[in-house]
Amino acid sequence: MRTRRWNKLLDLVVVALLYPGGYALASNPIGTGEEVLVAANNPGTNGGRLVVALRAEPKTLNPVLSNDASSREVLSQMTADLIHINRYSQQSEPSLAKSWSVSPDGLHYILQLRRGLRFSDGTPLDAEDVLFTFRVYLDEKVNAPQRDTLIVADKPVVVRKTGPYTVAFDMAQPYASAERLFDSIAILPHHLLEGPYSEGKFTQAWNLGVPSGQIAGLGPFRLKQYVPGQHITLERNPYYWKVDSKGNRLPYLDEVTFLFAGNEDAEVLRFESGETEIVNRISAENYVVLEKQQTSRGFKLYDLGPGLEYNFLLLNLNATLPPRDNGIRSKQAWFGDIKFRQAISSAIDRDGINRIVYKGRGSPILTHVPPGNRLWIDQKLPHPARSLDRSRELLKSVGFSWRSDGSLIDSHGSEVEFSIVASASSNQRLQMATMIQQDLKELGIRVQVVPLEFRTMLDRVLQTHDYEAAVMGLGGGDVDPNSQVNVWLSSGDDHFWNLGETKPATPWEAEMDSLMKRQMSTLSAKERKQLFDRVQEIEVEDVPFIFLVSPNVLVGAKVRVHNFKPAILDSHTLWNSEELFLGDEGRSPK
Amino acid sequence: MRPSKAVVLPLVCLAVIHTIVGLAGFFGPYDPAAQNREVPSCPPTRLHWVDRDGGLHLRPFVYGLAEPTGETEQCAEVLHGPYPIQLLVRGTQYRILGVLTSDRHLFGVAAPGHVYVMGTDNYGRDVLSRVLYGGQISLFAGLLATLLSLILGLLLGTLAGFYGGWRDGVIMRGVELFLALPWLYLLLALRAFLPLHTGPRQTFLLLIAVIGFVGWARPARIIRGVVLSAKERSHLLAARSFGGSDLYLLRHHVLPETRSVVLTQAALLIPHYVLAEVTLSFLGLGVSEPIASWGSMLATLQQYHILVSNWWMFYPGVALVLVFLSYGVLSNALQADTAKHGVKWNAYSSLE
Repeated sequence: MRTRRWNKLLDLVVVALLYPGGYALASNPIGTGEEVLVAANNPGTNGGRLVVALRAEPKTLNPVLSNDASSREVLSQMTADLIHINRYSQQSEPSLAKSWSVSPDGLHYILQLRRGLRFSDGTPLDAEDVLFTFRVYLDEKVNAPQRDTLIVADKPVVVRKTGPYTVAFDMAQPYASAERLFDSIAILPHHLLEGPYSEGKFTQAWNLGVPSGQIAGLGPFRLKQYVPGQHITLERNPYYWKVDSKGNRLPYLDEVTFLFAGNEDAEVLRFESGETEIVNRISAENYVVLEKQQTSRGFKLYDLGPGLEYNFLLLNLNATLPPRDNGIRSKQAWFGDIKFRQAISSAIDRDGINRIVYKGRGSPILTHVPPGNRLWIDQKLPHPARSLDRSRELLKSVGFSWRSDGSLIDSHGSEVEFSIVASASSNQRLQMATMIQQDLKELGIRVQVVPLEFRTMLDRVLQTHDYEAAVMGLGGGDVDPNSQVNVWLSSGDDHFWNLGETKPATPWEAEMDSLMKRQMSTLSAKERKQLFDRVQEIEVEDVPFIFLVSPNVLVGAKVRVHNFKPAILDSHTLWNSEELFLGDEGRSPK
Repeated sequence: MRPSKAVVLPLVCLAVIHTIVGLAGFFGPYDPAAQNREVPSCPPTRLHWVDRDGGLHLRPFVYGLAEPTGETEQCAEVLHGPYPIQLLVRGTQYRILGVLTSDRHLFGVAAPGHVYVMGTDNYGRDVLSRVLYGGQISLFAGLLATLLSLILGLLLGTLAGFYGGWRDGVIMRGVELFLALPWLYLLLALRAFLPLHTGPRQTFLLLIAVIGFVGWARPARIIRGVVLSAKERSHLLAARSFGGSDLYLLRHHVLPETRSVVLTQAALLIPHYVLAEVTLSFLGLGVSEPIASWGSMLATLQQYHILVSNWWMFYPGVALVLVFLSYGVLSNALQADTAKHGVKWNAYSSLE
């Protein structure tokens, strides 16, 4: 009781510190002819500041150049796109474009912009801004990370202005669910960035030191203050283009502050102490620690179920190896054998990994499509079960045998052993590697686990190909199959198991290539699903990666944060920040 | 010179620790790498004398542990058992010093029961067995690396002190170089250049070699000083004038002088090197999984959730404290002995 009262008192002190003078920025009244979007949320009350921790400090505030998770998280609050993927429903929905139409051949898109909208500095938005935005994103000199997604069939999308508030996009080839391409392409203010762009200084524009008067966007919040090493604070965008059902302009919050925590544990500590209102993507272990304090500390944790991240064991099948191949070539004789990969896959105790690494808050997987992707997962695929007998049979069938001491030897009599590299900074992946080591020991395979610094590991996997096997994870992005073509096309940049193939090295890779390309240009959703189901079947049969477990998305928020609707797509918790509002401690969220 | 009582106590303590750790297979009930995935992160198993019906047992016993199902609390005792603690039970096979093979363990319980005296780690491995086996790595790495350092130090220090001249110059510049090296970074750099494919045994030997090689400089400098002063002493000059060879002089008059310095240095260096091994393993540069070492076990405490909820993961730290304390007391006592010895010698020299 006593400590609780003290906590209350402390809260009051904190509140007093946070609101010097009770400052709050009022929203601009809604103008006539302003085509606002009416949000379907529960009406809330204005005011308050939301504090969230970021794992790392953002690197830039330039939405075109941002490539790190922290910058993207902050920028997603400050910018808006033409067509948006609703993080909760996973469907595309109107954003700055109030409507769009597609030509019957699927090559031309015409987008109608909302009229009367203003950037956060009060300057009106029109088609010129959209043209300018795409000019910048497509500029090779700017080298935007998202440029690749705007290139269809090797040709950049052509953008034309057909009226003051209409824009047309022409594509060289029909592109399935092309409207999803527009998601996260931040519409830039032509009046602020035209200057730096024409002077060739675009890449220096809007770095972290930008004064708040020189940066503007269409997101619910705008820059207020950045303190290096400590925090970045955003304030309400008084011209934001969404209103609630009562006609009040959103967002409800006065401010959003992102603290720079440094790592997940620090983030969890800050949430636990009440310093932050929301915690994003925590590990299952920390979830268990926090879960016990839910009621006493006034927060609630959410297990959103399987997300889009998938972990896998990667075997090095690269044709190009380091000059002294370090014995990798001889191991590729095993790795290249489909039966060997199937045997490894069948020997791994995925349920055990799920239980130990994710405390049961994950799903064992056999393909890169985790159960979190409800729209696209092939439900006919079997549940991955461990069977050492099956592994032994598979190995026997391709000439492997066992010595009297139990160690596995290949048909030439050499002992089967290899090393697995994993990022030293990821406890989860190291744990997986150690468990695989133990699982394969039962097959007579000797495995060494090598923790490497993350950059070193990436360099080995992507550049030098100097590794035998690796435990890695991929994920995030969108549910649509197109978001992963860079992994599954044999020419893709992230085709990890054999990078830089000029043509598919195996028949199943050739089939996968043709399936992925066909689904990209097929407009019928049903047909695409069939094609993509076949891709998943190939993943099970031919085991390009040995898929392990997909973790659940675990987040938490204080009970006083209302309209909190976490989603499995990034950003999991703040995607509807404009609808969030702070209520009393006592009331529970609906 | 008889060792004083103050030396004996820590020596006995260390002997006990080293014996237990050396016979880890016997004292530890389980294979240190075996993962019991049903019971990860369980606190130490409770020993009971009184069962649920109130019956008193003469032999302590344990109950079975619940499998985690999500709903029930993990590692809760369930009503199967009781499993009485048995002495000298048969279990997994182990080897002592790489020669003797046995499957007798000091204590254990019948399957399917488990007794985890120090709890389990996050893979469901027995912490007690891991602390004991980990001690083999940490303690013996310290001992062997010290041996290496002292042999090198003795050789080079004697060479420099006894012969002087350019040899002295070269060796002492080498000493200064090695003392100035930031050894932690050196080790980090060295580890990064190693091939990925070093087995646990190679890593262990390499660890010893690296720690031992980097550390020879300090003992070499001290031994050089001792040799230098011994060399000028009158009884040595007399022995030389009677035609004693260098080897004779070194064996009979110089090296005995260094004995107490070497012993004190050893008592100082061993814990220092145990700590070096622990530090390297803590940073992930030591022997890799599934081999345990005290450093790699303590490294799991870097994770917040383990730090706050798995207090039994501090046990390797307790073992380290015991070892350091013993070596600390030992080196103090040795120094005190040396000082006494020094007083005698001074009295003797003033008579000359």
